[in-house]
Amino acid sequence: MSATSTSDWPEVDLHVVTGKGGTGKTTVAAALALALASTGKNVLICEVEGRQGISQLFDVPELPYEERRIAAGLAGDGGRAGNVFALHIDAESALLEYLAMYYKLGRAGRALDRFGVIDFATTIAPGVRDVLLTGKVYEAARRGRRKGSSSRQGVVYDAIVLDAPPTGRIAQFLNVNSELAGVAKVGPIKTQADTVMTLFRSPRTAVHLVTVLEEMPVQETADGIVELHKDRLPVGGVVVNLMRPRDLDSEDLAAARAGRLERDRIGKELEGAGLDVDDDLLDGLLAEAHDHAERRALEDAQRRLVADLGVPTYELPRLPGGVDLGGLYELAALLKAEGMA
Amino acid sequence: MSREIPRARVGPLAATDRRADPLDVDALLDDPQTRIIVCCGSGGVGKTTTSAALALRAAERGRSVCVLTIDPARRLAQSMGIEALDNTPRPVPDVHGDGSLDAMMLDMKRTFDEVVESQASPEKAKQILENPFYIALSSSFAGTQEYMAMEKLGQLHRDAVAEGTWDLIVVDTPPSRSALDFLDAPERLSSFLDGRFIRLLLAPARGPARLMSAGMGMITNALTKILGASVLKDMQTFVAAFDTLFGGFRARAQKTFELLQTDGTAFLVVAAPEPDALREAAYFVERLSGDDMPLAGLVVNRAASAPDSTLSAEEAMAAAARLRRSGDSDLTAGLLRLHADRVRMVEREARLRARFAAAHPAVPTAVVPALATDVHDLDGLRRIGDLLAGSPDDRAASDAPRRRAR
Repeated sequence: MSATSTSDWPEVDLHVVTGKGGTGKTTVAAALALALASTGKNVLICEVEGRQGISQLFDVPELPYEERRIAAGLAGDGGRAGNVFALHIDAESALLEYLAMYYKLGRAGRALDRFGVIDFATTIAPGVRDVLLTGKVYEAARRGRRKGSSSRQGVVYDAIVLDAPPTGRIAQFLNVNSELAGVAKVGPIKTQADTVMTLFRSPRTAVHLVTVLEEMPVQETADGIVELHKDRLPVGGVVVNLMRPRDLDSEDLAAARAGRLERDRIGKELEGAGLDVDDDLLDGLLAEAHDHAERRALEDAQRRLVADLGVPTYELPRLPGGVDLGGLYELAALLKAEGMA
Repeated sequence: MSREIPRARVGPLAATDRRADPLDVDALLDDPQTRIIVCCGSGGVGKTTTSAALALRAAERGRSVCVLTIDPARRLAQSMGIEALDNTPRPVPDVHGDGSLDAMMLDMKRTFDEVVESQASPEKAKQILENPFYIALSSSFAGTQEYMAMEKLGQLHRDAVAEGTWDLIVVDTPPSRSALDFLDAPERLSSFLDGRFIRLLLAPARGPARLMSAGMGMITNALTKILGASVLKDMQTFVAAFDTLFGGFRARAQKTFELLQTDGTAFLVVAAPEPDALREAAYFVERLSGDDMPLAGLVVNRAASAPDSTLSAEEAMAAAARLRRSGDSDLTAGLLRLHADRVRMVEREARLRARFAAAHPAVPTAVVPALATDVHDLDGLRRIGDLLAGSPDDRAASDAPRRRAR
């Protein structure tokens, strides 16, 4: 089984998935987790935005602040499928856990909550929230490296997928260091941020961007890549999601756009296929073809821009019936075939 | 191409029994009682474009309109001439008719600074504006954008009332994870400002007595341990300087919140025909009714256009399979598969919308088909305005817009 050697990201065990709102970032993160979890691997998918999108995709109860097995991975070539675990990270739980772990605050810890400090630290204090969220991801990733550690510490993961905040905020979110700089220049929370940054900037991490072939998302993807580079964060691949069907070749597309499709021939062939052909049907199909060809032309222009971004790209179709669990495995198989996992 | 569109069908998603009443956008825009329109919804559903299109349409129907956008795409901003981020409404050129349109883009830090400057003495304002904690809070706190959008709306409304400049303000809301954040952020900030934590921070700064209980000592020790002493000190300085402003901030937030509850306000919930976006829309609709806020309707953007023939997806796929077997009609088989794909999309969206309508039958709805390109100019916005106001699909938009009866 050469599953790992065919992946474009053999070094990476933290896959950060971002994308503009509406591009299907969570769907892609979930499909990637399934794809990575083939051949007996354990993969953790983390959610940090409190929207419970993962539990809905996988059709499981709402996720707690605790790792849960939610699905079997995509079955590999004859091998045993691995497992996908999920973790819903919220800043409050992360802070309480952090305090308990490092400070043994006892009564003071509870008092913090009473005085509204927890609320303050997780919602108001700039940057602290992101340090807490990323810190928890870091903790799971660190565990992954120390193979053979005791089971008391939980499952050891071969890979972690982070369903991250949207493209517009991703560099700020991952760059916890500079976000904090204005506030905490020294102290443990700053130290924590530094440690997390080291992982994010290392070759073990890749930030993948999800887009659709429309102007604004493609532009935001390009801007996002520039920003990630500027912050020295490792850019992964671009996943082009929700691609229109490619049922017509370029010649037919051009003809459809120009209104030159052979109406009579198509009518005959439709009859030959056993359909009742009338003008409504023929006009309808030709109008749909025209509309489709126009949009394909725009898509292709955006597709060229994506190709020029200089990073590996992966393409996923728009599933006409929407994404259910079966659809997720379908997308996972495509990602695997394309070499993303 | 003259195709019969069944009369009952009001949009591509309405092909089900359970459907919401159509939203009469023009009646809403024309009603002089409508003073504020708030467009809300989760990220990526086209809120900003919808706000701009509504504002332009209202202006061209004779209203004096101001539109507050949050983070418009470059080309949309250019089309309205608001590339310069100066936090003040500027007239949009080339608006047709007797009305007028001013547009602005929110500068959240500038808005925060201006409030501080208007509320505090110059000396104190300077002290606050230079505080590292304030700088971080005003430029990156997750709720600041929502809070400042509210603040700016309050300001625009006061100006409109005082000077009679605008009779309609259209507000876009920040691209939050959740549509609810817009309503929650001010409350979150004011509950923080009211909270015990602030008083705790103020205690040591307020004089030599240091009347600190053992509990408070523990807290400050813990905070110092975690954040470092300098952070705590910055916070204390900030809170002490800000102390006298808290009341004003809270009162303003409260006033804007009340303004949103008046009849002159209309909320439009914007969504895409996707489970996530519609779920957010449902939360928001429930929340609005819980807070006595006036909901005008739902806008579903990016809808798939209804197919023109009645051929079902199954029939089309079966015929395509037969053609493929015969081997020489790739094009025709492709057309059939495309048709099946579109029918399935439309059916799925119809199901999703029907589900929403079943749970919220009283919410009038406008359905706007997905456009192939982004908006580049005012004509693009006009076209979206036409679609919002009720043309059944993309192609019909170029004909005279057909008005919907309620």
